[in-house]
Amino acid sequence: MPNLLAKGRLARWSGVAGASLATLTVLAGNVLAATAEHAPDAAHGGEHAGGLPQLNPATFPTQIFWLALTFITLYYLLSKKALPRVAEVLEERQERISRDLSKAASLKEEAEAVLAQVDKALAEARSEAQALIAKAAAEIDANNQARQAKLGADIAERLRSAEANIAAAKEQAIANVRGAAADIARDVAGRLAGVDVDAAQAEAAVAAVIEERRG
Amino acid sequence: MDPLHQFQINPILQIVIAGYDVSFTNSALFMAVAVALIYALLVFGMQGRALVPGRLQSLAEMFYEFVANMVRDNAGHDARPYFPFVFAIFMFVLIGNMIGMVPYTFTFTSHIIVTFTLAATVFVFVTVLALMKHGLHFFSFFMPHGAPIALAPILIPIEVISYLMRPVSLSIRLFANMMAGHTMLKVFAGFTVLMISGLGAIGFVAGLVPLLINIALTGFEFLVAFLQAYVFSILTCLYIRDALELH
Repeated sequence: MPNLLAKGRLARWSGVAGASLATLTVLAGNVLAATAEHAPDAAHGGEHAGGLPQLNPATFPTQIFWLALTFITLYYLLSKKALPRVAEVLEERQERISRDLSKAASLKEEAEAVLAQVDKALAEARSEAQALIAKAAAEIDANNQARQAKLGADIAERLRSAEANIAAAKEQAIANVRGAAADIARDVAGRLAGVDVDAAQAEAAVAAVIEERRG
Repeated sequence: MDPLHQFQINPILQIVIAGYDVSFTNSALFMAVAVALIYALLVFGMQGRALVPGRLQSLAEMFYEFVANMVRDNAGHDARPYFPFVFAIFMFVLIGNMIGMVPYTFTFTSHIIVTFTLAATVFVFVTVLALMKHGLHFFSFFMPHGAPIALAPILIPIEVISYLMRPVSLSIRLFANMMAGHTMLKVFAGFTVLMISGLGAIGFVAGLVPLLINIALTGFEFLVAFLQAYVFSILTCLYIRDALELH
């Protein structure tokens, strides 16, 4: 109710202000009118000698008649023609706005659904790609390991055969050296001492010496 | 020079019906002009029926929504059928007041008989509305709810008188404001003329003072012209609410 009270106060004060202003101005107006009447102004001297034109009852019927006529016309025109048209346009706009709003909301929903779908597809593709990469990496890894193992075995094999060759060559060389040494030893013994040492003896002596040196 | 000369009713076309002088006068002319202006604003303004309104359509819609809000806020939702009545009152008074701000026009709202007839229309309308809606129960309106019965002999006459005074205060408020403002404008304008004719060269300088006051008063008058139309129609709304709800 404070709202209504405020409006009531506004109405009351404007009424009081208006009434007091009216009194003041009518007083001032009468003074002016009095001064004006001294001037030779015959145009409207006699017509409103009674003072305020508002208080002349002779003009009441015409004012009431024309007010009634114009106001009823206005009410008829407004209520039957003008106002329904305004209401229609405003309603149309309201409807249009709410329709557009709901349309926008549904479009937004749709767009969100599409976005979610895209997101899902993207995530799927990403995980798929990751799986593929992992698989490829594992394959490559396994391949490498196998090849490395094979290479290692190969190398080891070759190393072993090379070592065997070297060992055989060494044996051979040692045997050759032993034979040559026995021959030389027999020859030396024959020439120096005139002793004819048979081959087996010489060989055994050389072997004994070699064994002695080696040890 | 007479500041009250502007309120003179001058017949344009002499008409007498059943012994009554109902001549078409300057007052009647501007009432018709007001009706034509209001109707033209609404019809031409809404002609485009544009979704995004132009200037004239905005103005028409603004008036419509202004009054519609006023009726809804002050008279309640049940008052919707009486919206055209309040709208007609508001526009008629507002445009009548505004036409009065144009020099050489006639302010028909500055005549007590016009404002009283309008106020009486509101009064009769509201009373008939209350009687139709509540029947004889309407008379309980004059006994404030919850007041002790012993006070009834005092309260009921007061309430009845205050109810009967509604059209009087409604009409005098509008009439007095319009007449006072227009008279003031004329009085101050008259001062300027008097000073110039009486004081000569000094008068041209001294006459500026009332002229400047008049400029301020003119702005003030526009405010009053709107405010009084607003007050008149808002009180109509409150009376309609009383009639519909009986407190």
